[in-house]
Amino acid sequence: MIADIFNNKEEQELAKVVVVTSGKGGVGKTTTSAAFAAGLAIRGYKTVVIDFDVGLRNLDLIMGCERRVVYDLLNVIHGEGSLNQALIKDKRVGNLFILPASQTRDKDALSMEGVGEVIAALQQSFDYIVCDSPAGIEKGAMTAMYFADEALVVTNPEISSVRDSDRIIGMLASKTRRAEQNLSPVKEHLVITRYDPIRVNKGDMLSADDVHEILAIPFLGVVPESKSVLAASNSGIPVTLTDDSDAGEAYFDMVDRFLGQDRPFRFMDVPKRSFLSRLFGTQ
Amino acid sequence: MKFFDLFRSKRPSSASIAKERLQIIVSHERRRPSTPDFLPSLQKDILEVVRKYIHINENQIKLSVDRKGDCEVLELNISLSDSVKK
Repeated sequence: MIADIFNNKEEQELAKVVVVTSGKGGVGKTTTSAAFAAGLAIRGYKTVVIDFDVGLRNLDLIMGCERRVVYDLLNVIHGEGSLNQALIKDKRVGNLFILPASQTRDKDALSMEGVGEVIAALQQSFDYIVCDSPAGIEKGAMTAMYFADEALVVTNPEISSVRDSDRIIGMLASKTRRAEQNLSPVKEHLVITRYDPIRVNKGDMLSADDVHEILAIPFLGVVPESKSVLAASNSGIPVTLTDDSDAGEAYFDMVDRFLGQDRPFRFMDVPKRSFLSRLFGTQ
Repeated sequence: MKFFDLFRSKRPSSASIAKERLQIIVSHERRRPSTPDFLPSLQKDILEVVRKYIHINENQIKLSVDRKGDCEVLELNISLSDSVKK
């Protein structure tokens, strides 16, 4: 019954465009895009995740659909294939679709008008459109953020990542459609990945509070440094679709907070160890 | 380990150094967008115009953009040393 209410509400609204961005590379944008999109889909929202990293696509690998790519985003923009041909339906979650980037073309082929048309078309039939931004501040990254309503700013607790995120936050406020058309600003969310509370306690790593204080955007949560992230990408499964994964649980908490629910913050403190495990030095 | 920490605790942690460095660089870079790119060449042009009338060198002209509340203020300072006064 609740689901019906939600669905009716969604039918009246256009899909929300969420960009996953960071500036710096290798901080977990694609991992976050895949995990977050899968999480939204599991929560019942029809979700599509778009790879904007033209020439260096990887979302297909992380989602485990690399062998099913026939048409891509640029084919659709240039009319060489239809949107329905390019969309890949996830085999695990019914509500989840992937729109891959082109691996062969140059990123300059990504036109703002073309992307705008694709997003407008997707907005008719989806609840959420997750845009996986490439690293840097080049055309791909600017196109990925341009149409965003909300942004997940993915940051590692590490100085170069925080500085780059600050630059990206500045661009979200000035170089997006919402900024140019004087609409309400892009709603930003801080996602801190590869977080290690033990190192934070020792003073070897910036704390989530430090990063939050410096970047000064609403805090969505941390993803703990976790072996399950590499294990999931090795097997082409978004980490939210794996069992018993701390990172997967952290992403689900964030999805729920993003959807407006209250979830206690987890994975921010050093896990308590029993007397015996302390004595024998096991986990 | 705890025992040795007693001797090391005087040094600030690397995380607090990182935080301090970040706060400085980030606040510096946030201010930068208000400083237009054309400032150096504007300064050069003004210098040339002023030089038609008074002999001054580059060090005597200072151009800066400041933010005061909602206003941006373009400030031009030309200092005239005693020797160039006519």
